Amino acid sequence: MNRTLLKSVREYKKQSILTPLFVILEVFMEVLIPFKMADIIDVGIQGQNMEYILRVGLQLVVLAMLALFFGALAGKFGAEAGAGFAKNLRHDIFYKVQDFSFKNIDHFSPSSLVTRMTTDITNVQMAYMMTLRLLARAPIMIVCSWILTLSINFDIAMMFLVAIPVLGFALIFISKKAHKYFIQVFDEYDVLNNDVQENVNAARVVKAYVREEHEVKKFNKISETVYRLFTKAEKIVAFNSPVMMLVMYAVVMGLVLIGGRAIAFTTMDEGQMTSVLSYAMQILMSLMMVSFVFVLIMIAGASTDRITEVLKEVPEMQDKENAVTEVPNGDIDFENVNFSYAGEGGKLSLKNVNLHIKSGQMIGIFGGTGSAKSTLVQLIPRLYDITGGSLKVGGIDVRDYNLAALRDQVSMVLQKNVLFTGSIYENIRWGDESASDEEVQRVCRLAQADGFVQEFPAGYNTMIVEGGNNVSGGQKQRLCIARALLKKPKILILDDSTSAVDTKTDALIRKAFREEIPDTTKIIISQRVSSIEDADMIIILDKGEINGIGTSEELLKTNQIYREVYESQVKGRAENE
Amino acid sequence: MSNQKQKKGPQNTLKTAARLLKYVTGTFKKEFIIVIVCILICSVASISVSFSMKILLDNYIRPLIGQANPDFSGLYEALYVLGCIFVLGVIGSFLYNRLMVKIGQGVLKRVRDEMFEHMQTLPIRYFDQNTNGSIMSLYTNDTDTLRQMINQSIPQVLMSAFTIVVTFIAMLVLSPLLTVLAVVMIFIMFLVARKLGGNSGKYFVRQQLDLANVTGYVEEQMNGQRVVKVFNHEQRSEEDFDKLNEKLYESSSRAHTFASVMGPIMGNIGNLFFVLTAILGGILMVEQIGGITIGTIVAYLSFTKSFTQPFMQVAQQFNSIIMALAGAERIFAMMDEEPEVDDGYVTLVNVRKDKDGNLTESEERTGVWAWRHPHQADGTVTYTELKGDVRFFDLSFGYTDDKMILHDLTLYAKPGQKLAFVGSTGAGKTTITNLINRFYDVQDGKIRYDGINVNKIKKADLRRSLGIVLQDTHLFTGTIRENIRYGKLDATDEEVRGAAMLAQADSFIQMLPDGYDTMLTGDGQELSQGQRQLLAIARAAVADPPVLILDEATSSIDTRTESIVQKGMDNLMRGRTVFVIAHRLSTIRNSDAIIVLDHGRIIERGTHEELIKQKGTYYQLYTGKLELS
Repeated sequence: MNRTLLKSVREYKKQSILTPLFVILEVFMEVLIPFKMADIIDVGIQGQNMEYILRVGLQLVVLAMLALFFGALAGKFGAEAGAGFAKNLRHDIFYKVQDFSFKNIDHFSPSSLVTRMTTDITNVQMAYMMTLRLLARAPIMIVCSWILTLSINFDIAMMFLVAIPVLGFALIFISKKAHKYFIQVFDEYDVLNNDVQENVNAARVVKAYVREEHEVKKFNKISETVYRLFTKAEKIVAFNSPVMMLVMYAVVMGLVLIGGRAIAFTTMDEGQMTSVLSYAMQILMSLMMVSFVFVLIMIAGASTDRITEVLKEVPEMQDKENAVTEVPNGDIDFENVNFSYAGEGGKLSLKNVNLHIKSGQMIGIFGGTGSAKSTLVQLIPRLYDITGGSLKVGGIDVRDYNLAALRDQVSMVLQKNVLFTGSIYENIRWGDESASDEEVQRVCRLAQADGFVQEFPAGYNTMIVEGGNNVSGGQKQRLCIARALLKKPKILILDDSTSAVDTKTDALIRKAFREEIPDTTKIIISQRVSSIEDADMIIILDKGEINGIGTSEELLKTNQIYREVYESQVKGRAENE
Repeated sequence: MSNQKQKKGPQNTLKTAARLLKYVTGTFKKEFIIVIVCILICSVASISVSFSMKILLDNYIRPLIGQANPDFSGLYEALYVLGCIFVLGVIGSFLYNRLMVKIGQGVLKRVRDEMFEHMQTLPIRYFDQNTNGSIMSLYTNDTDTLRQMINQSIPQVLMSAFTIVVTFIAMLVLSPLLTVLAVVMIFIMFLVARKLGGNSGKYFVRQQLDLANVTGYVEEQMNGQRVVKVFNHEQRSEEDFDKLNEKLYESSSRAHTFASVMGPIMGNIGNLFFVLTAILGGILMVEQIGGITIGTIVAYLSFTKSFTQPFMQVAQQFNSIIMALAGAERIFAMMDEEPEVDDGYVTLVNVRKDKDGNLTESEERTGVWAWRHPHQADGTVTYTELKGDVRFFDLSFGYTDDKMILHDLTLYAKPGQKLAFVGSTGAGKTTITNLINRFYDVQDGKIRYDGINVNKIKKADLRRSLGIVLQDTHLFTGTIRENIRYGKLDATDEEVRGAAMLAQADSFIQMLPDGYDTMLTGDGQELSQGQRQLLAIARAAVADPPVLILDEATSSIDTRTESIVQKGMDNLMRGRTVFVIAHRLSTIRNSDAIIVLDHGRIIERGTHEELIKQKGTYYQLYTGKLELS
C-alpha cells in the first residue's frame, strides 16, 4: 500500500484510527484476563476461597464484557474502514477516468479498468482491513505479554527475546521467498484468464473449426504451469506453520525447564507458570498474524500497483485559467496542423492540414480506411490535442476554451456509438438534461427518428438495453444524431453516422439540417457519395493528407480518388434505375 | 411448500460439499489419509502442551519444592518424551502443509481442467444464454474461493475438530458434572455462530449482488467512455455511480462487521464460561460434591481456557466455506450442463476414386473426401462423395419455443453455387447459418447435405466440411501464422502464406515488422478491424472446405479495400458452395441466387437481374430506397 492509495482513505480516517485504538484496548483486556484467571486458580480454587472466586470472577466478567465491547467496535470500525476505503478508491478511479482525455482512455482497456475497480480493489480492501486489525494487535500483544513475562521471570523473558526475532525473521524470509513465485503465479493466471476469455468469446470459431481438443490441450498446458508455479509458491509458504510450531515447542520446553527450576526454588508459583505459558502462546500467535498479514499485503501488492497506475495517470488535458466559455460562431480554421497519436516526434497521422470552414457550411469528408478522417474531426472538439500548427474554432484557439463549453457547442456523433441502459427519453437527454419532452421529440423529428419511436408500444419511454441492441443499426444511428442535436451545437460532426440509414432517410436528415439549423456548421464523414455530394465543400483525405478540396463538380474534374468512387457508386445506381 | 424449499437449500449445500470432498478423496486418497493422520498428530502435540503441564507440575516439579538439592533428572526425562511428541508434531505439520498444497492445487487443476473440457462440449446455446462475464467468473472468483477453502478451511476445521473432541473427552474424564456446563456452552456458541454467520452470510450474498451491479455499470460506462466525454456527461455518470457504490459500501461493511465481531463474541463467551466453571467448581469443591479435588478443577480450568480457541477458528472459517460452497455450486452447475448431443454416425473420410467412379476408403490424404454412411439395418457401408450440395426442406426454427424465427424455409444450393441472404436485422439470416453447421438443431423440417440428413452426420465431421467467416472476428493470442493455421493445424508455412495471399492479407502482413511471426494479443487489437477480417478469411481459406459460410465477412472493410479483397474472395469461393450474408449489396450481385428474407420467411428469390426487374424489396434495397439494418 502506498501513499497515492492511502490518500483515498479520507472520511474513513476516523475509523482507520479508531480500529487500531480499540484493538489496543481489546488487547489490554485480553492480556489482563489471563492474570485474573491465574488468580482464580491460584488463590481462589487452591485456597478454597469462594468469596474470592466470586469477586475476581466478577472482575473477569467485567473485563470480558469490555474486551467484547472493544473487540466488537474494532471489528465494526475495521469493516467500515476497509469497505469505506474500497468505496473511495472505486470513486476515485471512476472520477479519474471521467477526467481522462481520449488519449488517456486509449491507455487502458475497458475490461482492465473493470478488473481494477472490482477484483483489485476487493483485494486491497481485505488487506487494509486485516492490516488495521492485526498489525496494531501484534506488536502491542507482543510488548505487553513480554513486559508481563518480565515481571514474572527475567530468564523466561530473555528467552522470548531470542525466540521472537528468530521466528520473525524466519517468517519474513519465507514470505519474501514466496513473493517472487507469487508474482509469477499472478502473471500466469492472467494468461489463463485470457485464454478462457478468448475461448468464451470465440466459442463459435472453436466449434466451427472443430478445435475443441486443440483448445483443451492448450488450456491444460497453461493450467499445468499455473499448478506448477502455485505449488512452488505455496510449498514455501507451507514452511510457515512447522517453523512456527518448532519455535513454539522449543519455547514451551525452555519454559518448563526454566520455570520448573524456578518453581522448585520457589521464585515462581504454578499459576505464574501457566500465565507465562499463555503469554508465550499469545506472542507466537501474534507473530503468526504478522506473517499472515504479510502474505495478504503481498497478494494485494500487484493489485495496488494496478490501481495506482490509474490514479497516477495525469489527465492530459486541463482547462486554462480564464478559459473561454462561449464559442462565438461555427468557423473552423486548421493552419498547418500536424497530429500524431504518439505526440511530439511520433508517426504523423495528419500532415500539414490547412482548412478554412465558414459558419453554417455543410462539409463532406471522404477517404479510405486509414486516411485519418476520424482523426481530423476529433481534433475539433479537442478530443485529442494537435501536435503542431494551430486549430481555431470561432476564431479562438481550441486550447483556450473551457473543455466542457467547447464540447457542448461542438457536437459530435462518434463512429462507434453507444446508447446506454435507460429509456429513449433519458438517452436523448444526454444532449441536454433540462430539455422538455417536446424538445426531445423535435430533435428526433429532425433526425428522422420520431417515426419509428412512435411505433414502439412504449414510445419514447421504450427501454434501451445495454449496448442498445434492441434497436436496429439504422435506428440507433438516428437516435445518436438526435442526441447530438439536442445540444443545439454551433458545429455538428457526423462520423460515418448514417451508414446503416437508407439513402432516402439520409437525404431527409440532411434536408432538415439545411432548413432547421442553417447557422450550424455541419461536417459529415461518409463512405457513401450520395451523403456528401451536395455538400458546400468536400474534403478528400488520403493517408493523413488533404488530397483535394472542392464541390462535387470540381472534384469530379480534378480528383482521381473521388472520381473513381463516384463512378463505381453512382454508375451502379444509375444502371438499375 | 415453503418447508420443502427451505430444506432444499442445505441439502444442495451438503451435496456440493460431498461432491467437492469426492474431488479431494478421489484423486488424493492416500495423501488425504496421511494429511488426516498428520493433523491428528499435530493436534495431539498441541494439546499435549496443556495436558503435560499438569503432569509435569504434579509429578516432577512440585515434589522438588523446598528441597535443598532438587534432582531434576525426572523432569529432564519427562521433557525428553515431550520433546519427541513435539518433534513428531512439527514433522506432522510440515507433512500435512506440504501435502495440502499438493492436494489443494491438484484439485484446483482438476476442477479447472474438467471445467474447461466440459465447457468445450457445451452447445452454442450455453454461450448465447450466459454472459461472458458470468462464465469467466467461474474460472476466477469461484475457483479462487475454492482454493482458499481447500488450503485453509479444511485443515483448520479438521484440526479444530480433533482438538475439540480430544479436549472434550479429557474434560469428560476429569469431571462429567462440570462437562454438563461445557455442553451448554457449546450449544450457546453454536446458536450464536449460526445467528451471526447467517447474518453475515446474508450480507455477503448482498455484497456480491451489489458488486455485480457496480461491475455492470462500470462496464457499460467504460465501454462508452468516449460518448460520455463528447456529451460532457461525466458528472451525471459520477452521480449514478456514487449511488451504486454507496450501496456496495453498506452491504460490504455490514458483511465484514458481522464476520469480524464473531471472533470477540465467541472468545468472550469462552471467558464467561471460564468464570462460570470456576464458580461451579468452587461450589462443588466447597460442598464436597462429586469428590472433586483442587487438582482436578485446576486441570479442568486450564482446558476450559483453550477450549474456545478451536470454536473461534471454525467460526472464522465459516464465511469462506459458505462462499466457496456457493462458488462450487456454480461450478458444478456448469459441469452439469448438458453437453452438445451428437447422435451422428456418418463420418467424413478420405477416399480414392477409380475410373468407374467407385469410392474406396483410404488412410492417406487423397484430397477426395466422402461421407462414410453405415446402415444399421443391413450392416452395409456406403460412400457418398463430398460435394457441397445443401438443401433445406420446410424448415422452421426458433431459439425459444414461443418465438419462431424461421418459417417453412425451403431452398437448395447445388455444389459450387453461391447463395446470398438479404434482409434486415432479425430476419433470420444468421440463424440459417447457425442451423447449417448445427450450432442449433432444427425443430421442424430437415437439412440435407449431399443427400444425407445433417442430423445423421457427426458434428465434428460436418463442421470440418464447412468453412465459416463471422462478422465478429475472433483471433487468438499467438502469432499471425498460428492464427491462420487455426484453420488447418498441420498446414505448412507455404500453405499459410498461400491462404493469406488468397485473402489479400499477405501484403499487409509482410509490412509488419515481424511479418507472419507478429504476436497478436487481446483479440488482435494491434490490427485494424479490416485487417482482422482479412486474417479470418485467410483462416477459412487454409481449411479449404467444400462449403463456405460468410456472415458479413467484409462489413468492416471500406469499399476500396473491399473491391481488392473481393478478388481474393472470388478466388476463395470458386468451386465451393457458398452462403453469403452481406450488408453491402454490391458484393453479392454475382450470386447464383439471392434470397430476400423478411421476418423468417422468403419473400423474394432469384438472380440479381431477375430481382431488379421485379422491382420488389430487393430493388428498393439495392437502390437505397429502403433501409437495411
